[in-house]
Amino acid sequence: MNIVVLMKQVPDLVEELEVDAGGTLLDRAWLRFITSEYDDHALEQALLLKEQHGGTVRVLALDMGEADEMLFTALAKGADSAVKLSGDFATGIDSHSAAGIYRHALEGASFDLILTGVQAIDDLDGPAGAMLATHLGLPYIGVVSGIDVDTANGEAHVRKEYPGGLLAEFTVDLPAVIGIQAAMQPPRYVPISRIRQTMKTASIDETAAQGERIAGAISVERMYKPERAGSATMLEGSADSIAERLLDILTEHGIGR
Amino acid sequence: MLATEEAVEQMWGVTLDRLYDSEEGRRILSCIQCGTCAGTCPHGEHMQYPPRRIITMLKAGLIEEVFASDSLVMCVNCYACQSKCPRNIRLTEILLPLVKEQTIVRLPQMPPELQKAVENSYRYGNSQGESARKRALWTKTATVPIRILADDPRPVDALWFVESDLAFHPRGQDVARATARVFDALGADFAILGNEERTAGDCGRLSWEPGLSEALIDYTMSILKKYEFRRIVVSDPHAFDAFKYRYPMFGFDETVESTVSYVHRDLEKIRPRLKKRLEYTVTYHDSCCLGRHNKLFEEPRELLLAIPGIRLVEMVHTRENGLCCGGGGGGMWLDTYYKARGIERLSDRRVREALDTGADVLAIACPYEISRFEDAVKVAGAEGRLRVRDIMELLVESFGDA
Repeated sequence: MNIVVLMKQVPDLVEELEVDAGGTLLDRAWLRFITSEYDDHALEQALLLKEQHGGTVRVLALDMGEADEMLFTALAKGADSAVKLSGDFATGIDSHSAAGIYRHALEGASFDLILTGVQAIDDLDGPAGAMLATHLGLPYIGVVSGIDVDTANGEAHVRKEYPGGLLAEFTVDLPAVIGIQAAMQPPRYVPISRIRQTMKTASIDETAAQGERIAGAISVERMYKPERAGSATMLEGSADSIAERLLDILTEHGIGR
Repeated sequence: MLATEEAVEQMWGVTLDRLYDSEEGRRILSCIQCGTCAGTCPHGEHMQYPPRRIITMLKAGLIEEVFASDSLVMCVNCYACQSKCPRNIRLTEILLPLVKEQTIVRLPQMPPELQKAVENSYRYGNSQGESARKRALWTKTATVPIRILADDPRPVDALWFVESDLAFHPRGQDVARATARVFDALGADFAILGNEERTAGDCGRLSWEPGLSEALIDYTMSILKKYEFRRIVVSDPHAFDAFKYRYPMFGFDETVESTVSYVHRDLEKIRPRLKKRLEYTVTYHDSCCLGRHNKLFEEPRELLLAIPGIRLVEMVHTRENGLCCGGGGGGMWLDTYYKARGIERLSDRRVREALDTGADVLAIACPYEISRFEDAVKVAGAEGRLRVRDIMELLVESFGDA
């Protein structure tokens, strides 16, 4: 069972976000990056499958933010190798470009499964996994929160949740690309001494990011903080007068009769 | 028994299998199985393996069974067992953290709040998960000037190590502002590290995370090297312990004082400022680190008694016998874990002891206790009847000009 995990860095919401002078990007001067939560779940799911079925976990990441820290942490948790794809990502990267790079890096490689977070908070766009699958000629299924692998038949049984409390199970032929919503258990803790040890003893493979941007990406026209759209009015007075006023307002808005 | 720094120092990096290589480790073999440790432990009745039994299992080569139980997750590093041990075995300083480390590593799942706190401490330098760039924000609302060394790196007498709970927790910030006023009243030459400060890392070690402690100690040592100061004054007793007992193992040899001792030494300078009578009945909670571990029993009480009007009463457990608030050794982030096992929060027990004295103020000198006791006061339904106040806050209240 050889698993590839795609991980990325996203802005850390602990820091204040500012829009840069151009008005279409976050101001990167004060930005700090953190591992995308969904990708952390993808890694956890991969490690759980490795524990169950043996094999290897290989992590790929674009060289953004604190990619080294993220990759060393993945190695300390139990990943077997880590690859950093370097390039100019100073202003971030859209999903289409990322998919193009991963496609180039993975074409011809041998693996049973590619796991990645189903989406990331920086664009909430979500198509990277699906596009990668399409271009590699593999099946894709996203928003997955549980995987069982049947190695004998070369297939995976995955669960995903639908609105309204519905769960569905799918069978997907391997190799496949799966977008992870949540791993079957919370991302594990790795002692910091082990991360520090890993930094001293393990190494990250570095290779230049290549590959063509896949057409059709969205572009940001304007980025801005939410604008105040209106405000609440507090009604005061006796219960009867408030009720009367409330009825008037509802009628005014065509809600009451 | 007073802890000696040298004895603990020998033990850094010691693992359980090399325990008997050192004198302090071999002392464990002198255990007479009296069980005082188990009896005095505030969580003793919830431990399948209290310290006495751990030592038996260790000698019998059955320590894996101890790791497999979660007994040591209950340890709040309160130093009660160590202070009572007739054989002077360094249970809290040496044996228990080593066992705890192995216990937590083997838990099916790291307790989520503890995991978050440890990860936050590593990433942001504070367990709260706040932006490191906001650490000095509280100084903007201080009423006296506070020098930040990064902006004004001239040599200073007292480098005040504020710590995260004072820098970030809203009630902690009240204490930070009060402490600054007291320092100002002393005419102290003091400055802080501001945004360069990160948590000192004591609870990392004691809550089983030596890697975290090392990372934080490395960092703090590198920052301290940038500045000239005569002493470090520390508000958080846990950080005080870290500087006193852990940092020396990494080559640190600065003078360290707790805020309480620092202010107490110059009490006469501020006594004339203590003008406003505070007609309070006050009971003082001995924090484990300041009290049992460092024997600072009189200084905090003398500070309180310097305030005109204050009547001091004692709880049933006091001084050497003080009852832990339950926050040490990672306990701060294990309330949910304990609750799921039906273990009462020690802070709830302690607040009932405070209420039993009839006091209207529970005085403290450790920032963990503000949130823990204010919560417990609400649980006890005693809001308005018992207020939790740091000694520094009471001193400032007595200045009468706030």
